[in-house]
Amino acid sequence: MGKPVAMTGNIAVANAMRQINPDVCAAYPITPSTEVMQQFASFVADGKVDTELVTAESEHSAMSACIGAAAAGGRVMTATSANGLALMWEMLYIASGNRLPIVMTVVNRALSAPINIHGDHSDGMGARDSGWIQIYSENAQEAYDNLIQAVVIGQHRDVRLPVMVGMDGFIISHSIENLELLSDQEVKDFIGEYLPLYPLLNIKQPVTYGPLDLQDYYSEHKRQQAEAMKLAKPVILKVAQDFAALSGRKYGFFETYRLDDAEMAILTLGSSAGTARFVIDRAREQGVKVGLIKLRVFRPFPMKELQAALGHLKALAVMDRCDSFGAAGGPVFSEVRSALYDLSPHPAVVNYIYGLGGRDLGIAHIEQVIRDLQEIRQTGCIRELLTYLTVRE
Amino acid sequence: MSTNELKGWKEIPIGGVIVEAGNSARYETGGWRTFRPLMDGQLCKNCLFCWIYCPDSAIEVEDGKVKGINLRYCKGCGICARECPAKAIQMIEEAKVSAGE
Ligand code: SF4
Ligand code: SF4
Repeated sequence: MGKPVAMTGNIAVANAMRQINPDVCAAYPITPSTEVMQQFASFVADGKVDTELVTAESEHSAMSACIGAAAAGGRVMTATSANGLALMWEMLYIASGNRLPIVMTVVNRALSAPINIHGDHSDGMGARDSGWIQIYSENAQEAYDNLIQAVVIGQHRDVRLPVMVGMDGFIISHSIENLELLSDQEVKDFIGEYLPLYPLLNIKQPVTYGPLDLQDYYSEHKRQQAEAMKLAKPVILKVAQDFAALSGRKYGFFETYRLDDAEMAILTLGSSAGTARFVIDRAREQGVKVGLIKLRVFRPFPMKELQAALGHLKALAVMDRCDSFGAAGGPVFSEVRSALYDLSPHPAVVNYIYGLGGRDLGIAHIEQVIRDLQEIRQTGCIRELLTYLTVRE
Repeated sequence: MSTNELKGWKEIPIGGVIVEAGNSARYETGGWRTFRPLMDGQLCKNCLFCWIYCPDSAIEVEDGKVKGINLRYCKGCGICARECPAKAIQMIEEAKVSAGE
């Protein structure tokens, strides 16, 4: 087991990248992810990695360069946030459509306008249909661990998909926490040698990337992507198992806390899980049977597994750090509630949209959620399907 | 490509990647044509500019001499006619060709 070190989420992730030693990183700075590439650029300058660092003129170009390098046959990584991710938009689909296992840290941040640089999930959630695997992290340790696992997941021959690993802007990216790093050799052995599938640089077998794909074959290629997402599920669990053997830290599609005997639960992803755990402990002392489920993998969405984990509940509060304006609710809510529809009986499910633009989610807010759940549990009625928490009336 | 040759999603390489070099020969672009190049062998000096410029490799050459234009691939873009220094190629509307004018 490694010795504990104190680092911000960004520096932890930059160290994961140093240990992964990718062939190419192309990036453009944006708060709050800038520090990842800034620190990594120091590693490049100091000769700590062999990476070709491409400082592109925009995030669109950064992702384009990543795609080119990955098609050429390289192991490729980058990092971005918010509007940077938005500017990569078109290229995200090209990375996944070309089946290039690029790994990207997304330091989750609110999208403008109005301009705001703080943490919420609007950026990542907006990219949920882009064909990337999405993993969300609660703290710096998870951001580090998830990034290393992401490399192995994405490059797996059954998967071959790009992976984005999220962590909450500032709350995780800029807070110093204790974590354990693996040794450089352990990371090197864990990720293994990268074997590209159809490298452009293999002149003995010339290939074409990105040819026109019309009515005759486009549907078949999209069907393959859907299959890769399905096959990613066992791979994610296998990689987590191997990672636990190496590090002692266990991961799955989600993590549960005091859920087995719970009648009510809160589902969240990212950093707010810590606060939720604290409030749940206090409620448990009062005899309130409430638990927590922290979703780690949002794509592929673990529908069957959530059904099994949540089916026994009477009431569930799904917390979204992002709105989907005009939709049935936040993006996590819509999918979780849909997953539970098949169960009979199924828990009453309500949605809370919280923490937009970095607004703090406090203890009192989660206490309110638990009070609401208790009321639903007692009366069997839902008063508000969707509540905007942490907003002034 | 006729429909009976189309493969299922399990049988094709992922990512829309073409893994077989030179398979564009199986993709006939001649059906796109609205103008057809007509070459005047008398004027042609065999400079092979048309052969170099043709984006679909439709100009057929044998022993350093232009043999003709393969209409299965010629998409009628007119580049050959424009680049020919001897003005040996003229673009004729397909409709007129088929009407026998
Ligand atoms: S018209 Fe265009 S495609 Fe046809 S032979 Fe000339 S250059 Fe080639
Ligand atoms: S460009 Fe004109 S002159 Fe030259 S080979 Fe072609 S047809 Fe003949």
